Amino acid sequence: MLLIHCPYCEQERAEIEFSYAGEAHIERPKDPSALSDAEWESFLFLRKNPRGTHFERWYHIHGCARYFNAVRDTVSDKFLMTYVANKPRPSDLEIEEAKNGL
Amino acid sequence: MVHFSISTLVRKAIGADGRWPQQWAKPEPKKEYDVIIVGAGGHGLGAAYYLAKEHGITNVAVLEKGWLGGGNTGRNTTIIRSNYLYDESATLYDHALGLWEGLSQDINYNVMFSQRGVMMLAHTVHDEQVFKRHIHANCLNGVQNEWLTADEAKAFCPPLNISQKARYPVVGAALQRRGGVARHDAVAWGYARAAAARGADIIENCAVTGIRRASDGRVCGVETSRGYIGAKKIAVSAAAGSSLVMNMAGVQTPIECFPLQALVSEPIEPAFPCVVLSNTVHAYISQSDKGELVIGSGTEQYQSYSQGGPLHSVEHTVSAICEMFPVFTRLRMLRHWGGTVDVTPDRSPIIAKTPVPGLYLNGGWGTGGFKATPGAAHLLAWTVAKDEPHPINAPYTLERFRTGRLIDEAAAAAVAH
Repeated sequence: MLLIHCPYCEQERAEIEFSYAGEAHIERPKDPSALSDAEWESFLFLRKNPRGTHFERWYHIHGCARYFNAVRDTVSDKFLMTYVANKPRPSDLEIEEAKNGL
Repeated sequence: MVHFSISTLVRKAIGADGRWPQQWAKPEPKKEYDVIIVGAGGHGLGAAYYLAKEHGITNVAVLEKGWLGGGNTGRNTTIIRSNYLYDESATLYDHALGLWEGLSQDINYNVMFSQRGVMMLAHTVHDEQVFKRHIHANCLNGVQNEWLTADEAKAFCPPLNISQKARYPVVGAALQRRGGVARHDAVAWGYARAAAARGADIIENCAVTGIRRASDGRVCGVETSRGYIGAKKIAVSAAAGSSLVMNMAGVQTPIECFPLQALVSEPIEPAFPCVVLSNTVHAYISQSDKGELVIGSGTEQYQSYSQGGPLHSVEHTVSAICEMFPVFTRLRMLRHWGGTVDVTPDRSPIIAKTPVPGLYLNGGWGTGGFKATPGAAHLLAWTVAKDEPHPINAPYTLERFRTGRLIDEAAAAAVAH
């Protein structure tokens, strides 16, 4: 079972308290009616699906009931870091440091 | 290649002509092929076979980063059925089921296809309504599927607990008698042997690391861990690796990969006559010819390529099985493993041309790829050979995620397929 650090509760809790919510940092279109079909496809369906570092959203459904973001390695399933939802995507340097810290 | 028959078996049994020979060669890659298939699972190996058999294309290589049949072909729970709701799905999976019925004879290799019946349990009024709708839709499409009462379900599968005191009591079931199981390794081996006999090169330990394109945009070859190999056409049939290989050609896909776990019990006497699926309690079970109970569940909630998963999902599945079949509560589980399933947003596959000329994709099969193996292989071969889809796979495009013409089995499938 994954152990996940909730950045709001500041606690490491079991995966069964959380609900996965897919790829993170996908920005909602500012002017939906102006979008082309290709842009809708990209927003709704196209995903990075990387083998390695993945930015993703989690929902602490049985805790604080808030969404946050995480960086996780999709091969080892190790979390590199978690951070609150409105924080920008961590830089490559920050991710490298988190990897070295593990 | 030795033709398998009763007379060969007798001759080998009495030792008249020594050992069984190797069934297919392990060739070095050639400089160039007419078609390169990425991924030596059932789908890819089958496509190589049908390319040769039905389209006369024999200068074919099947590249595999690991070992033959070591991905999802060797990791699934081997359930075969075709009772899908939508016309497109019913047609696709029934095409595969038709091919399963003649497969062992066709490739002269016993894939141990056993049509013991697939029974899907209904536990709620909603389940019952949905299953009956499926049965009516299936009847209209000529797909065999029938409704059983709880007592009839119990008669068909005696270990089933139909007590009304169960947490999710059985109210009835949908039964597809034509459904069943097959020996997954034999499917990969049988297609490999049949494809190699018709000229295909099967190259293991050969990971594709790049796709090279000519100045006009067409594919011209693949970079691999064993060097560059030229190709006029490339068919990607790499399951969990599909989106990664497509990225190498600059194509982003709507595919996401999730772990799916399965497990087997210690072997026991024949006790379980069919396949039982339950969507509500989320488990499926059958008994292999070795006697092991083969048990699987749904995908994990998070994306991963780990080919493993957490124990709490296994516990959930096993508790569901024990509730449905109390007779198995004292069985010990023997082995447990994970696979990586490539899931699309509408839970239907992609078997199609791609925006890159000469590049084809067979992927996004999610949790339902094994049952479609002969069909997917047959249709992929057609699509590659003719550079246009067969009418059966024509709806299964990449473009449907742009046009909105989805085949939404995510909502319609009676179980996690």
